[in-house]
Amino acid sequence: MAKILVIGEISDGKLNAGTAKVLAAANAIGGEIVVALLGADVGAAAEGASKLAGVTKVLKVERPENAHILAATYAPQIVELSKGYSHVLFPGTAFGKDIAPRVAAKLGVQQVSDIMAVHSATSFDRPTYAGNAILTIEAPAEPAIVATIRLASFTAVEASGSAAIEAASTTATLPAHTRFVKLEAQKSERPDLQAASKVVSGGRALGSADNFKIIYSFADKIGAAVGASRAAVDSGYVPNDMQVGQTGKIIAPELYFAIGISGAIQHLAGIKDARTIVAINKDAEAPIFEIADYGLVGDLFSVVPELEAKV
Amino acid sequence: MKALVSVKRVVDYNVRIQVKPDGSGVVTDGVKMSMNPFDEIAMEEAVRLKEKGKITEIIAVTIGGAKCEETLRTALAFGADRAVHVKEEGDIQPLTAASALAAVFKKEDAQLFLLGKQAIDDDANQTGQMVAALLDLGQATFASKVDIDGSKITVTREVDAGLETLELDLPAIVTTDLRLNEPRYLKLPDIMKAKKKPLEAISFEALGVKPAAGLKTLKTTAPAKRSKGVMVKTVDELVTALKGKGLL
Repeated sequence: MAKILVIGEISDGKLNAGTAKVLAAANAIGGEIVVALLGADVGAAAEGASKLAGVTKVLKVERPENAHILAATYAPQIVELSKGYSHVLFPGTAFGKDIAPRVAAKLGVQQVSDIMAVHSATSFDRPTYAGNAILTIEAPAEPAIVATIRLASFTAVEASGSAAIEAASTTATLPAHTRFVKLEAQKSERPDLQAASKVVSGGRALGSADNFKIIYSFADKIGAAVGASRAAVDSGYVPNDMQVGQTGKIIAPELYFAIGISGAIQHLAGIKDARTIVAINKDAEAPIFEIADYGLVGDLFSVVPELEAKV
Repeated sequence: MKALVSVKRVVDYNVRIQVKPDGSGVVTDGVKMSMNPFDEIAMEEAVRLKEKGKITEIIAVTIGGAKCEETLRTALAFGADRAVHVKEEGDIQPLTAASALAAVFKKEDAQLFLLGKQAIDDDANQTGQMVAALLDLGQATFASKVDIDGSKITVTREVDAGLETLELDLPAIVTTDLRLNEPRYLKLPDIMKAKKKPLEAISFEALGVKPAAGLKTLKTTAPAKRSKGVMVKTVDELVTALKGKGLL
């Protein structure tokens, strides 16, 4: 039977919503599932993880050196924790992508990137060529499978469980060659882009950072997160953590509004898994209309305020 | 101070990828090939660091068959001083690539290794991190700003929460993200000059690298297509449709 170690991600002291999606992949593999949380104080996150369906046990790995997430210090501890496990799973986020390969290399295994479907404990689907070719792969079971999970492909498990929480210690000697300096966080009161069920994105057609106000205003009316195309980010209208697309965030909301976005291949790669896509663009030939469930040709500066008034 | 930059030959980013009907892979015959765009950014950054006097020599390295020499010539045209071609055919997966690159890094006694954060063919996003693990060096992935000061490098990284800054002791491994820089256009004189720059070929065996066991690809399929939906004429029509589906 599989014995799965899930490395939980912590954001602002709480369990990152992506961990519940990694659990969905872990449940699809099946077996004993243990969530490990590294940090200086992971109490709140451990509470959150203990409730996730399918979790057998939560390990709290608290060390002062774990206050900042550094691949160089987290990886040796995860290698130590992974002894006896058949699988080590990470969320396919900047956090997971940074650390997982370092763990895989130390264990001497190839890593499986971005699992989007589970066929068996050793066979998975993963995207290549920006999602334009899907590989079905078989990974060697020994010594262990190290993988990242493509969050957009899985639905979060329910918070219906009550697993035991235990403290775990690591003795790995940690390198001092890498030091955290600062994090410039982009704070927002709006829902998290990657977890939101509704997302409103704006593109280059907005024309300025100031004009983006109509996107924020409409998003707030329907309780949506706000995203942007790469063109809007590169033009400086919004910060780059709002970028949706192959090189930004890959999302799968229930409802997606693409406003003033033409639909470059790289943007479409980030929204392929959205349930319903609505496109609003003044160019009737824009490629976004080829994949939108609902398309409306019109001037966004009149359509969006009207939409906001009528929903 | 030497910098190593790895470059990979991949299907050009403008090519529309086609999966072979028999599921054995994607069509690459007769398709335009280019340097991986993230590697172009790594090359550009190395050249800028050299122009600022922070590094003295740039060595470009690639792994692959004879045709990959073109990619190294492109790197030399960018401004690499010389190139190393790890000449090996076949499916080379990230851990094997990382072992070879780590061996070249050690052999060259380089201080900085710049790699693209991922190759746009396999989209693995692993090799740089694996090189760092194999050499027990610091890593700064997804870099959007790089600054060298003596024996230290300060890197701003693009993480999900915003921008994170790390300070690393050299030697160190840095993987590049899109916003680090905009690669220059290559000029004809530089392309001509590149033909005369030194290029050395070496094998896995000479580097002491044994390929690691790999993932086996069972089949390759095209993703499910989204079909074109309906065009609505008015905002009212759109609102009615979305409310009808329980989306608003």
